[in-house]
Amino acid sequence: MKGEDLVLALAWHFLLMSLLAVGGVYAVMPEIHRQVIETRHWMTEQQFADLFAIAQAAPGPNMLFATLIGWHVAGFAGALVTSAALCGPTCLLTYGVAHVWQRFKDAPWRIAIQAGLVPVAVGLVAASAYLITRAADHSVMAVALTALTAGIAYGTRINPLWVLAAAAAIGFAGYV
Amino acid sequence: MSESAVQQPEAKQTPGVADLFFTFLAITMSGFGGVLPWARRALVDKKRWLNDEEFAEALALSQFLPGPNIVNLAIVVGQRYRGALGATAAALGLLVAPVAIMMVCGALYERYGGLPSLRNALAGLTAAAAGLLLAMVARLLQPLLHARRLPALLFAITAFVAVGLLRFPLYWVLLVLGPLSIAVAWWRLR
Repeated sequence: MKGEDLVLALAWHFLLMSLLAVGGVYAVMPEIHRQVIETRHWMTEQQFADLFAIAQAAPGPNMLFATLIGWHVAGFAGALVTSAALCGPTCLLTYGVAHVWQRFKDAPWRIAIQAGLVPVAVGLVAASAYLITRAADHSVMAVALTALTAGIAYGTRINPLWVLAAAAAIGFAGYV
Repeated sequence: MSESAVQQPEAKQTPGVADLFFTFLAITMSGFGGVLPWARRALVDKKRWLNDEEFAEALALSQFLPGPNIVNLAIVVGQRYRGALGATAAALGLLVAPVAIMMVCGALYERYGGLPSLRNALAGLTAAAAGLLLAMVARLLQPLLHARRLPALLFAITAFVAVGLLRFPLYWVLLVLGPLSIAVAWWRLR
């Protein structure tokens, strides 16, 4: 694919993801994974996991891994278009709905929609976690690091940044 | 500084456009592994632009609509005080710096991502990042682990199997599971 075609393909894909991201962007991560790795062969599973981890270690919203995917596929334009495509549609939707939110926030149909979509979104985030863990854990040490980090993040209030930094240092030293 | 940055003494609780931009910039730059707790701290505790109830309501709207929740929240808060300009300023404040940082990281990764020492560090980093995501899943699952919520748990498991293990396209899974799950929720809420 030529450069412009790549950017267009990214724009289209992430526009769709924006509107399908019920329950946040981690819910569409498995679909992004399927598209960029299995369907379009833009990157390997390892690269996908790398980019996700880098985004986690950087400040900002967790949608930023999409920016990195955009950069990987089509450089500066790819990163810009991907970020805008993932935020744009829902920003406009939110802007439009905020006016009328008061009118329907307590409506039974709205509560039912949310009550119905939340469990599905939880399952989708779990699928993301499964795919990333599968790509990340190739050694006993990596599995141990994943389990330890999950335990610390779940059970304590330690800033996850320290855990990520420690894990990167352990990896750098050649233990993972 | 733009004119809008000039603060009226009596207008302490209605932020200007520049105020919105810089507050969301500060929020996003302190937000490692999730920006939401920082947004709450800044908007409710420090700036007092929103009280607890207003924040909860803005958050509920942001989570109800699709897309990155925190970006939606910036739109809601920005619009509340300064309309379209405020919403744009808040969203840009949230995104401009992290996106720029990501671009630098992306360029560095493309260039040095193959170096053995960096590969080692990334192996540790991805293992830990996976752990963070698993902890998030554990937290999300907790409210579903009651006998009363069994249908919800079954929908979560079905979505996981369909998308994570069987690798079905998300469109189909949402198209089938979404309406079914909403129907069950509707029926149980009545």
